[in-house]
Amino acid sequence: MKRVFLVVLLVTVLAVLAGCAPPDQSQPAADPTLQTAVIQNKGSDTMVNLALAWAEAYQEINPQVRISVTGGGTGTGIAALINGTVDLANASREIKAEEMKAALANGSEPVEFIAARDAIAVIVNLHNPVSELTLQQVADIYSGKINNWSEVGGEDRPIVRLSRETNSGTHVYFLEEVLRMGIAGDKTLFSTDTLLLPSSEGIIVEVRDNPNAIGYDGLGYVVPEVKVIALGRSAHEPYILPSAATVAQGSYPISRDLYIYTVGQPTGATLSYLQWILSTDGQNIVIALGFVPIASP
Amino acid sequence: MKIFISQLFDKERLITRLIASAGYSAILFVLLIFYFLISEGLPALGEVSLHSLLGTRWYPIEEYYGLLPLISGSLMVTLGATAIAMPIGIGTAVFIAEVAPRWAREILKPLVEVLGGLPSVVLGLIGFLILSPALRVNLNLATGLTAFTGSLLLAAISIPTIISVAEDALDSVPRSYRDAALALGATEWQTIWRVTLPAARSGVLTAGMLGVGRAIGETMTVMMVTGNAPVLANSLRMLFMPARTMTATIAAEMGEVARGSVHYHVLFLIGIGLFMISLVVNVTASAVVFRQRKRSERILS
Amino acid sequence: MNTSQQRNLIQKAGFGMLSVVALLTVLPIVLVVGYIFYQGLPAISFEFLTGLPREGMRAGGILPAIVGTIYLTIGTAIFSVPLGVAAAIYLSEYAQDNLLTRLIRLAIINLAGIPSVVYGLFGLGLFVLFLNFGTSLLAGSLTLSIMTLPVIISTAEEALRAVPQSFRVVSISLGATRWQTIRRIVLPESLPGIITGVILGLERAAGETAPILFTVAAFFLPRLPDSPFDASMALPYHLFVISTQVPGMPLKLQYGTALVLLCFVLGMNLLATTIRSRARAKRQW
Repeated sequence: MKRVFLVVLLVTVLAVLAGCAPPDQSQPAADPTLQTAVIQNKGSDTMVNLALAWAEAYQEINPQVRISVTGGGTGTGIAALINGTVDLANASREIKAEEMKAALANGSEPVEFIAARDAIAVIVNLHNPVSELTLQQVADIYSGKINNWSEVGGEDRPIVRLSRETNSGTHVYFLEEVLRMGIAGDKTLFSTDTLLLPSSEGIIVEVRDNPNAIGYDGLGYVVPEVKVIALGRSAHEPYILPSAATVAQGSYPISRDLYIYTVGQPTGATLSYLQWILSTDGQNIVIALGFVPIASP
Repeated sequence: MKIFISQLFDKERLITRLIASAGYSAILFVLLIFYFLISEGLPALGEVSLHSLLGTRWYPIEEYYGLLPLISGSLMVTLGATAIAMPIGIGTAVFIAEVAPRWAREILKPLVEVLGGLPSVVLGLIGFLILSPALRVNLNLATGLTAFTGSLLLAAISIPTIISVAEDALDSVPRSYRDAALALGATEWQTIWRVTLPAARSGVLTAGMLGVGRAIGETMTVMMVTGNAPVLANSLRMLFMPARTMTATIAAEMGEVARGSVHYHVLFLIGIGLFMISLVVNVTASAVVFRQRKRSERILS
Repeated sequence: MNTSQQRNLIQKAGFGMLSVVALLTVLPIVLVVGYIFYQGLPAISFEFLTGLPREGMRAGGILPAIVGTIYLTIGTAIFSVPLGVAAAIYLSEYAQDNLLTRLIRLAIINLAGIPSVVYGLFGLGLFVLFLNFGTSLLAGSLTLSIMTLPVIISTAEEALRAVPQSFRVVSISLGATRWQTIRRIVLPESLPGIITGVILGLERAAGETAPILFTVAAFFLPRLPDSPFDASMALPYHLFVISTQVPGMPLKLQYGTALVLLCFVLGMNLLATTIRSRARAKRQW
């Protein structure tokens, strides 16, 4: 019995050692067109589902290409790009000057592609009577000046603010374009009691269940179980709901481009993949997931 | 023949050396971990002033590195967890060791082991989907993602540790103590309360400390249910508000930072803090056990 | 009412309270495990267990995550079992009671207490960045190995110490060397105990998320890793991802994944307990 144990243990270990050994070193050296190409893709959580859908559809037509997709936030993706561990970095904001500097210092120049557009929807619980807010009101809610729904025409309930984590491009965009109204040098910050949820889905779930909550998320994430707020640039201007059309027209106030960055000009499999993303096929997936395509129809 | 023996001894010596170095490796790993934390974390002290590290705002993308909200968040969640887990854990340990009939013990012990083995994400999932909405509705809170929600789940995580250590401590109380108490006419309850528990006091205390250590280091569950708002917890009321712990901060932000940045160094600094806390907790706990063993040896000899 | 009645009443109340407390400990466990089985069982199908994720992980299977976790567990075993058992042999068979030994014990206690996320930091610093393994199965296995080491060492040492001293004395007196004694007598006798400890250690590794967060985990990698230098999906991280990060994730799949992880971990637990109790029953000393 004991011997059986030992033998089993030994065989497993050996089998695994054999299995784990790098399969063959010849792979990268041989003819590149016939070989499997691996594309590493990392970054924005807003884009991760889009990136997943692209990767899946593309691998169906091109089975020799293997694409690995990881989220984690825009900052994560760009950091990985700088460290040289990925081929494509998805970003829901433009690369920052200091990130650009760090990349150049590492000897690589990031190249930017606009891959899709996205509206940021402000969402509340379905039972919340509030359905429109001005940008100023949203800013005041998040900076902690407004703390009760009754101050913006709702019920007497405390406001629970939900935000993405600070590594999210959406968080940074929301800080700059909503809380600070795009004013450079403005030092307004999120109220400290803002809940920082690690993911977009966490925000949706909490908003769906909690009548006190307010959250923001990429339009692609919004589900019917939450209510989307119509936003006005000011109290005198019309309140607009986010949609592909209002984003394309530019009438919805908070929308932005979604980017993909590469290290240097892309070549080979990475280039073909990028071209496909920007093609009609790739952009149809953008529409299917609730984002706004770059070449607005 | 002579050659054969010398070969044998060489092999013997080689093996002895190998085994000894495996034994020393534990020290090596602790030093290695400490070295890496220090080398990546200490630069933070040069880059961020102590004044701002002791600030009350944590917002690293705008270079606010105040650690107090995170420290107080961790303390708050751990305090809550301890307050729940200590009585339940020690009570269950007493029940298993002193009161339960054999069949109940046979059921309880494996179940507690199961609890110890539940992956923290699974608990987090349950906490996020079921516990937190239930707490919001029943306690009429603004949100169910609070320090208290984290405390409840952390209590569940630290209870198995507390039970097993406390049970060991109770088991090691000599049978004769109990017999003496019972012979003097004490009830079983009085024996437990006045004799067995006090005799196992230090072991039970150790159990509690190890439970605290387990709770303060837990990451995923906490990250999923406490809301992660870096608010300074300055009153007990804050137990029912969102909180952000040191561990969750590392887990949520480490992936994003560029190697060598200030933010990266500060996160490692938090790691040093966690390492020191576990060091203190464990060294104290083992010192207590050690002393107790010495004492009981003295008594028995 | 006389005092003895009163005392009996207090005792009854006290025991009643203790059983309530014990119930409070175990009832949630039963409920949670039961609930996950109830919600997760409908998701389990052949495709779920053997397929690749599809439609942004909202359909298809979780094979890459299952395989990733199995690889990680095996990888962890490769590093931690020889080292852990050897360290246990040292402590139980060779070490004298001196300062060095006490330091080793202190170090082991410390390793056991270090928060898992700190292991993650360490793994990131040493294996991923410094040794340049990248986010890979290798880096993750090494990180998890160090984390499981204290569990393996302490349980294996306990098993070794349980072998009666007389066995060793007899073996040595028959002319065997120390190592021969250990290999032929002590190790075989304590093997079930050691295996139990190893499995319990690996169980913890398999369920952990924080240490693999920065060292192995891939969000979505719809293929099986084919070298130790590959990143990989893993069950606990996959569960974290689909329960918090993917919009419109069917609840069924979340509970299904939780169930698979739970079965994996509880299965190991059951295996360990069975080996232990069978060995105890068979033990002749």
